[in-house]
Amino acid sequence: MTEIRDFMLGEGSGTGSGQNLQLGVGPAHPAMHGIIRIQAELDGEFIRKADVEIGYLHRAFEKDCEVGGYNNAIPYTDRLNYVSPLINNFAYASAVEKLLGIEVTERCQYIRTVMAEISRVCDHLTCVGASAMELGAFTVFLYMIKAREFLWELVEDVTGARLTISYGRVGGVKADLPEGFAAKVTAAFKETREVLDEVHRLLTGNRIFMDRMVGVGALSRAETLGYAITGPLLRAVGVAYDVRRAQPHWAYDRVQFEVPTQTAGDNYARYLVRMAEMEQSMRIAEQALALMPGGPINVDFEGRPIDPAAYVDQGKQGKTEGLLLVPIRLSPNLQGQNRPAWEQVNAADKRVVLPPKETTYGSIEGLMNHFMLIMEGYGIRPPQGEAYFASEGANGELGFYVVSDGSDRPYRVRCRPPCLPPMAALHRMIEGEMIADMVPTFGSVNMIGGELDR
Amino acid sequence: MPGGVILERLRELFGPALVETHARHGDLTAVVERGVLLDVLRVCRDEPGLGFDVLMDLTAVDYLKYPGREDGPRFEVVYHLYSMGHNHRLRVKVRVDEDDAVVPTAVELWPIANWFEREVWDMFGVRFAGHPDPRRLLMYEQFVGHPLRKDYPINRRQPLIGPKT
Repeated sequence: MTEIRDFMLGEGSGTGSGQNLQLGVGPAHPAMHGIIRIQAELDGEFIRKADVEIGYLHRAFEKDCEVGGYNNAIPYTDRLNYVSPLINNFAYASAVEKLLGIEVTERCQYIRTVMAEISRVCDHLTCVGASAMELGAFTVFLYMIKAREFLWELVEDVTGARLTISYGRVGGVKADLPEGFAAKVTAAFKETREVLDEVHRLLTGNRIFMDRMVGVGALSRAETLGYAITGPLLRAVGVAYDVRRAQPHWAYDRVQFEVPTQTAGDNYARYLVRMAEMEQSMRIAEQALALMPGGPINVDFEGRPIDPAAYVDQGKQGKTEGLLLVPIRLSPNLQGQNRPAWEQVNAADKRVVLPPKETTYGSIEGLMNHFMLIMEGYGIRPPQGEAYFASEGANGELGFYVVSDGSDRPYRVRCRPPCLPPMAALHRMIEGEMIADMVPTFGSVNMIGGELDR
Repeated sequence: MPGGVILERLRELFGPALVETHARHGDLTAVVERGVLLDVLRVCRDEPGLGFDVLMDLTAVDYLKYPGREDGPRFEVVYHLYSMGHNHRLRVKVRVDEDDAVVPTAVELWPIANWFEREVWDMFGVRFAGHPDPRRLLMYEQFVGHPLRKDYPINRRQPLIGPKT
């Protein structure tokens, strides 16, 4: 037997021999959704020492941001946490707005809140589904991906894309919500709640699941704070810190929600926190949709509906007399006049927000405004200074620290990635535990390579 | 504790070692001298009235091409602190020159400083004296230079490396 083990595992391996086995897990490993490498020192099946190596998905996000204008960084932020990209978009835009000292409109704040919460549910669904799958509960994974599909359809409706959404803008959002969005959200949440209920019945008291999760991967409260871990992992040790509650931004101070906590700090507590948070996120989104101020229907100053296409045609033919007197409040993408107004979702600040396309094509002022924001060397130019904006990402505090030198390009953009601290503490969670427990622990951390490695 | 009081308390304790303070955009900021950096951080963490128990973020900025600061100290290492108990934030900054880009490590105060400082070393080439594990974090060992420095061209290519031997 000993010979076979030596042949399989390398000479002198196994308990009692005094020599530990070095095992490299990753960078590409079937049980690792994300590319990291864990160099583990095994004593039998127990991990004695682990070294976590990251950086395999480094794409120079921060360097790239310094090259283009302020809005050019928006697509890069999509690729940070690619499961909930909307939150990254909005957090970055809010950091630049803080630097500029502008306020976005009421309706935009509600839109940001709703879309961020839908993204958070997507993120938690993916995390719980994937970690359940790695423990053999493949059904749960399929159910949760089905629910996520409903939510991604909402995202698709609003942004036109599923993953690389680029929907946030400095000073607002790309476009208003589509018609009938609230009803679609209600339908999608109904499906999601059914799935969550099913999953709850499948997993929460499940013997196999609990055996693998309870007491595994635990971190103490002191260590969690020392490692600056935020989000569900911090709330799983009993600290009710949530940026949405502690420093309310967007519309979070106008909605009711709870910050669910657990005390055990193990994988099971993290699972419970995430499950409870999804319900709270849906609550927030529903309230925000109900409270959202409506935009006026687009009419001219005499109350007649304006046909945007005709308006643009007239402008192109030079028949601008009288047109400039009409306050144009049309949708930015010429899709029709009964959409709420561009001004409803964007800050009234010409230094920052592109004018609606009708104004660009219909008036010289709009055209000049457009060029001043697009041309090289112009664009959004915050005054010299620095600002740090924190928002609650799906994995914890997502911070953007932006430094401006007064030019049209950010001097420095720093993203505080919410899943870097738990990865820095991962070795503390897995050392002393069995190699098989590494999988659920890694799953509960919910590492997202895009934001971890940037 | 209101923002002004925090900065006032630091000024009281450290006097001239506190180079500059401001609260622009509502972010409390204190620029300190390198010699007292660890003392400042320790006081911030341990004094009950301050209670900054979390090192939320640690990064650096290269001011090589910043208008008006081309001649000054090149790097600024930036600590973002947060207090769970008091729900307030503080930014502590320390300036270092290029030819003496060393800052004392904060690993003893917060274990997360280990990875954050590795990243700053990796990206900016600022060393942290006393760091227990001074390796690069994101780039690979064979990488030459520090990519977030302003004099590192964004389009520079480096040879592909094979597996470690």
